[in-house]
Amino acid sequence: MKPAPFDYEAPGHLDEALELLARHGDDAKPLAGGQSLIPLLNFRLARPAVLVDLQRLLGLASIRETEDGGLRLGAMVRQASLERDAAVESRAPLLHRTMPFVAHPQIRNRGTLGGNLAHADPASELPAVAVALDARLRIVSVGGERWVDARQFFVGLLTTAIEPGELLVEIELPPPPERTGWAFQEVARRHGDYAHAGVAARVTLDGAGRCASARLVYLSAGDGPTEAAEAAGSLVGAHLGEATFDAAARFAAEREIEPTDDIHASASFKRHLAAVLTRRALAEATRLARAEVAS
Amino acid sequence: MTVPREIELRVNGRRIRGVVEPRLLLSDFLRHEADLTGTHVGCEHGVCGACTVLLDGEAVRSCLLLAVQADGREVTTVEGLGTPEALHPLQQAFRDEHGLQCGFCTGGILMTLVPFLERCPDPTEDEVRHALSGNLCRCTGYQNIVDATLRGARALRGEEE
Ligand SMILES: Cc1cc2nc3c(=O)[nH]c(=O)nc-3n(C[C@H](O)[C@H](O)[C@H](O)COP(=O)(O)OP(=O)(O)OC[C@H]3O[C@@H](n4cnc5c(N)ncnc54)[C@H](O)[C@@H]3O)c2cc1C
Ligand code: FES
Ligand code: FES
Repeated sequence: MKPAPFDYEAPGHLDEALELLARHGDDAKPLAGGQSLIPLLNFRLARPAVLVDLQRLLGLASIRETEDGGLRLGAMVRQASLERDAAVESRAPLLHRTMPFVAHPQIRNRGTLGGNLAHADPASELPAVAVALDARLRIVSVGGERWVDARQFFVGLLTTAIEPGELLVEIELPPPPERTGWAFQEVARRHGDYAHAGVAARVTLDGAGRCASARLVYLSAGDGPTEAAEAAGSLVGAHLGEATFDAAARFAAEREIEPTDDIHASASFKRHLAAVLTRRALAEATRLARAEVAS
Repeated sequence: MTVPREIELRVNGRRIRGVVEPRLLLSDFLRHEADLTGTHVGCEHGVCGACTVLLDGEAVRSCLLLAVQADGREVTTVEGLGTPEALHPLQQAFRDEHGLQCGFCTGGILMTLVPFLERCPDPTEDEVRHALSGNLCRCTGYQNIVDATLRGARALRGEEE
């Protein structure tokens, strides 16, 4: 058999799951969709003593619309559900547009939102999208609950704010701001593979059609989702067009991201890709923001 | 030592019981306990798609599922599609269009495409290529797989060739 031996628990209630995680501490691992954890078990790179399967916790699999126009997404919502859900499409268009880039259809049928964020792969799309959307994450344990902003949640390579004994249960997205456009762009060797470079962009316009605020968040550009705050800030107050996009894209790609060499692409090639993708993403987000203002 | 568990699932409509260690993968359960060797294993870490089966009607990697997770669920393997005498229309299309050479990838590809064509009965070539992005074939170069899929889609829509 591929994985090393472990005990398996599939609690039917959240309290039971938290109790198990508290009892086993570091020796236990939550099992969500298994699309990152089971490969690690098969390679014996992870050897937990106990797996706590979350698949029976149906309360964690819901998509709810909040009164303020935002969304509350359970950690166990499958990636395929996010891709198809109408509320996600209208209230979080960036998330909706990004989903087809996350792995392959069979993987999205099992893989979850919470598992993807908890795994915190720097090449993964969803951590970058969570930061771009100002998501807040609810983390619970037998001791109580806390909310963590996406920016504070990703603390390093494959590392998050989740401590042993804790569980990510919910992701809250604020309502989308007005006069805003969103875009996601990436380049991968094959559609659905982890990308060489990718960027989530937001552009918000003011009443006069100038840029009121903008955001650029990259994947595959450091130890986790990487923001280019200066490049995005340089757009504020500007009449947006090719020259401003180009300057911001160069600054972000050369100064604010830290891609590394790997067997498929060198760091300098990834910086080149990031600049091209940034120009495209800013142009698309701006076009969509203008279309929203016009409508 | 971990405690073996009793599980019972329906595979291709047949009830199958087993007493398994939690670490047994569904792919190995299907091949070694249920003797259904049409589910192939290539990479065992989710990359190649050869092990794709349906879990309650949805395409999943059986190498990334524990057999215990499928307890009480419905699994369909390529053996559940058609028989050698009466192929499923998609299998017939693969045969007619020469959509396979060694056949190692074919079971997983068929199990990926069956739910895809239910959701998207009249796909474009581009949509077919996206649907197949998680399945590796080292022989065909994919062109005949795409052609076979479009032909199978026409057959499933009831259009004559
Ligand atoms: C071939 C292949 C290609 C892929 N390509 C991509 C890609 O392009 N982009 C991408 O983003 N992803 C990709 N993935 C990964 C996929 O999106 C995974 O589904 C995801 O990273 C993990 O989600 P999961 O639900 O499967 O979590 P699991 O694998 O079950 O868990 C992952 C980790 O998170 C922990 N965990 C899970 N849920 C919780 C929780 N609620 N609270 C606390 N800890 C938790 C687990 O203990 C484990 O350590 C790919 C996977 C494969 C196999
Ligand atoms: S054997 Fe499961 S994806 Fe390769
Ligand atoms: S036919 Fe040989 S791998 Fe596809």
